Amino acid sequence: MTYSPHTDADRARMLTAVGVATVDDLFADIPASVRASGWDLPHPLAEQEVRAELARLAGHNRIPGVSFLGAGVYRHLIPSVVGEVIGRPEFATSYTPYQPEVSQGTLQSIYEFQSLICELTGMEVATASHYDGATAAAEAALMACRLTRRSRVAVSAGVNPDYRRVLETYCSGPGIEVVTVPIDLGTGGSGTTLPERAAQALGDDVACLVAAHPNFYGQLEPMAELAEAAHAAGAQLVAVVEPTSLAVLEAPGTYGADLVAAEGQPLGIPASFGGPYVGLMAARMASVRQMPGRLVGATRDVQGRKGYVLTLQAREQHIRREKAASNICTNQALMALAATAYLTAVGPNGLREVAELSTTQARHLVGALEAAGLAERRFGGTYFAEATLRVPDAARRHAALAERGIVAGYLPERDEPALGDTLLLAATELTTDDDIARLVDALEATR
Amino acid sequence: MSVADPPRTDASGRGAAFSGAAGGEELTVVEPLIFERSRAERRAVRYPSPSDRARKVASDQPELPASVLRQRPPRLPEVSELEMLRHFNRLAHLNQAIDLNFYPLGSCTMKYNPKVNEWAARLPGLAESHPLDPEGLSQGSLELMWLLAELLKEISGFPAISLQPAAGAHGELTGMLMARAYHRDHGDGERRTKVLVPDSAHGTNPATATMVGYETVTIRSNERGGIDLGALRDALGPDVAALMITNPSTLGIFEDQIDQVVAAVKDAGAIAYMDGANLNAILGRFRPGESGFDVMHFNLHKTFSTPHGGGGPGAGPVGVSARLEPYLPAPIPSLVQGDAAEVRANARALRSTPDARFALDDDRPKSIGKVRSCYGNFGMFVRAYTYIRSNGDAGLRTISEDAVLAANYLRVKLHDVYDLPYDRLSKHEVVFSGRRQKRQHGVTTLDIAKAILDRGIHPPTIYFPLIVEEALMVEPTETESLETLDRFVEVMREIAEQAASDPAAVKAAPTTTPVGRLDEAAAARRPDLRHAFPGEADAPEAPAAAPTPEAPTA
Amino acid sequence: MAYPDDLAYSKEHEWVRVDGSRATIGITSFAADELGDIVFVELPEVGASLSQFGTFGVVESVKAVSDLYAPVSGEVMDVNEALRTAPELLNSDPFGEGWIAKVELADATEVDSLMDATAYAAETA
Repeated sequence: MTYSPHTDADRARMLTAVGVATVDDLFADIPASVRASGWDLPHPLAEQEVRAELARLAGHNRIPGVSFLGAGVYRHLIPSVVGEVIGRPEFATSYTPYQPEVSQGTLQSIYEFQSLICELTGMEVATASHYDGATAAAEAALMACRLTRRSRVAVSAGVNPDYRRVLETYCSGPGIEVVTVPIDLGTGGSGTTLPERAAQALGDDVACLVAAHPNFYGQLEPMAELAEAAHAAGAQLVAVVEPTSLAVLEAPGTYGADLVAAEGQPLGIPASFGGPYVGLMAARMASVRQMPGRLVGATRDVQGRKGYVLTLQAREQHIRREKAASNICTNQALMALAATAYLTAVGPNGLREVAELSTTQARHLVGALEAAGLAERRFGGTYFAEATLRVPDAARRHAALAERGIVAGYLPERDEPALGDTLLLAATELTTDDDIARLVDALEATR
Repeated sequence: MSVADPPRTDASGRGAAFSGAAGGEELTVVEPLIFERSRAERRAVRYPSPSDRARKVASDQPELPASVLRQRPPRLPEVSELEMLRHFNRLAHLNQAIDLNFYPLGSCTMKYNPKVNEWAARLPGLAESHPLDPEGLSQGSLELMWLLAELLKEISGFPAISLQPAAGAHGELTGMLMARAYHRDHGDGERRTKVLVPDSAHGTNPATATMVGYETVTIRSNERGGIDLGALRDALGPDVAALMITNPSTLGIFEDQIDQVVAAVKDAGAIAYMDGANLNAILGRFRPGESGFDVMHFNLHKTFSTPHGGGGPGAGPVGVSARLEPYLPAPIPSLVQGDAAEVRANARALRSTPDARFALDDDRPKSIGKVRSCYGNFGMFVRAYTYIRSNGDAGLRTISEDAVLAANYLRVKLHDVYDLPYDRLSKHEVVFSGRRQKRQHGVTTLDIAKAILDRGIHPPTIYFPLIVEEALMVEPTETESLETLDRFVEVMREIAEQAASDPAAVKAAPTTTPVGRLDEAAAARRPDLRHAFPGEADAPEAPAAAPTPEAPTA
Repeated sequence: MAYPDDLAYSKEHEWVRVDGSRATIGITSFAADELGDIVFVELPEVGASLSQFGTFGVVESVKAVSDLYAPVSGEVMDVNEALRTAPELLNSDPFGEGWIAKVELADATEVDSLMDATAYAAETA
């Protein structure tokens, strides 16, 4: 089925007006040597057939009944009202707000988004979104290079391995070297970036230290100390944070972060096999001219009405072209709106409850596994709502549980060989006591 | 434009400037900020409490130390669900959108976004699929990505593809990183330092080149609106890494020497990159992968109907030739068991292939790495796949036929009242110039755009491409009825008339939109980028007072 | 359009007012008009060394960005701090209150290679 409304009569009228005999005449400007030779594509489908096909594919996924998988993507409740907001066709089917007089809905909602992100992170300016947390972190590192005029970046091994791969790729563009600062991987160790190792890595040619809090392994990092180490070396601290944790954890702006990057997926966005998500980036006003991404600002119109516009556009590709800080054009606007709707729906009390439930259930989970003699914490220190546990024969048992519809978290050995026989388990406000009991039973059965 | 009396502001330029507080002027507010509706203790969503058992077990675990906790809760809005919904619904009412009215933005392909695509993307089996689930649980997601890749390859003629990039510009970055990886692999990395782009190029092209460490060299267009072949040949040499060219061009014109262009680029040992933003014009008529191009990005949010969402999300897959295939981002959804032809044939017939198995291939030693987390904007893949299967071979071909016909129809209906810098066959978009109206009546393209707003239509793209004075780029797409096109013609002719008879009225537009022309200069001079909560004493300094960062590069 | 006749003009639309061994530099009204409402100026640092026709700063409007090209060589002795908070001076008074920098001339003869008001008016007609 197609969506063109044109009948043969419509087409005939237009062809006559244009002054050509057939529609093929409209393609006469394509040199014969490069005309398409034909293609082998499926025939059109009616709506019921299309639905059958998509249902077939959806049916081939098995959504686990019980899951403790996080590792950067978290299953949270998405309030019903969020879908109502982003489903509004005025938001979904509008374009980038280049004509502000008819885009105040989009523009004001972005301004609200920017405000919310600043409030959560304790920073002074936030962009209208990036593709995801990984690219936000990479762009923040490149921004730090521009601000400090240095050409090396230090990243903690506690940052999500996927993010570190993306950082390497982005830095390879302008030839910026990435140095990895190890975390304490010892059994019973901190599982965090050691400030002395960070200080060693921070030479006078290093633009920033990128560290995550909580880190990929769920551990809380000594961020204030890392900020000090970075600043002492004239570098910036790029804090990669988890947005729901900011309901209860101190804002990065308060402990000395210069730049903040985060994945906004936990804020009302489904897992959707990896995307679309939303990258959050925040900074201080003094750096705003080096920030990549769109910014919305408040102003007034000719009649004294308050209004919002895209602003500081001279930073962006459509004006600055080869001198732009980044090439970003399309961003993740509708997902940013989802995050805005989510944060509005839950409010400060709701977000705090999400964080408290998540941390309580994570401790319940760890405690239950420890009590049953099934697992022990791999690291000392404190975790937020995700913990790395030592589980004998983890890979085999993880696979066995998956067969039974239980996903026992993530296997850190996929990225870090020193973490064999461990599981990274996350809890959220959706984790029930029953889920935990089922996990305990299932792991017991696979001893 | 600027306002005669800029608002009184404080030096911080944040919040206070336009809210009426702290010495700013009182402004009429169309819809208050959600923060202004906040009342303590109101809330929309509630959560259950942890059970006693959970609390007890949890209490033996290390708690969060006081030193890491927030001193003060974040000041998120506190509103009821009804208030919140009303706020966002009222904001929605302030927007124009495809679902309401004609939106002929050139270069953006604002076609109808089919709702069955939304139905598909919301299927729980797809929406709830976690990217890191064991692959056995994600065979549906992997098969969908694989099938989409196969379809895009067939549409474009490229033998290999990556779905990973999240937007067109992201696809450009990916493609150019691959180009550079290729040259480095062939011992040419140090020598090839330049990227050529036509002067009509979209800003993302040179911005991308810079992100990959290349110098941009601009090649002029010829009098027919195509890239000047002689100038291109002069610029090509052993120091050129790639040509980035949009085809059809940003003037809406097919590069009728494209075969010679690509041959010249390849002969010089450079990579031929095609910006695929204008693919809507050439489906079934031109396949870049079989025409010598090395790499092209698709915009799924343009040609393949995924909704623009007020600025995103999109998706920017890249198709590549065999010589660039080794450098694709990893991992790649692959068919690791089963016959590819059989899987495709079955999918065509809406059937599964029982012994087929899909996996993520991360064994890619020459890969440029990853350009984003996970595998791409999967939700947009679902929509695009649904769209391509709905349309099928005949439907996709009809898309381009109708899109090109509609654009040429508008061309012939308006070329007597607006200057047409390149008076020749268009493809899916046509670029007019408001030059006549400016010179004769002082009415600019900006004024014309604002007048179009008053007629309930979103204006075309203005002031792009840069090589056309007072550019007005119209892309109707294939989903607009003849009545809509005729109405647009009527509106444009009316405005041209008014520009001559009453230019002041055009310059005063818009007068019927929720807000009128906005003071963009003030917004940039005294940036107000977030809400100022009442009683905030220490507002940050505006950037004007800060030490300037790095000096501009030459 | 008549431009102030006590100034010298460069092709890149900058002006110079010579005062002994010192010179004041800025952009012309033509440049300011082309740019539209100016929102930001990236000023050179005091002490910086400029070379004739080299870039020494950036001026930004809502819709465009332009490099500033030094019309003469010299050491920057002073910059117009007012432009940091009121960049619109470049639009309202580009030849007066909108001056950008004062330099100690490295080579006074360089001014001879620039245009006078009449030539500049012809250039921008």
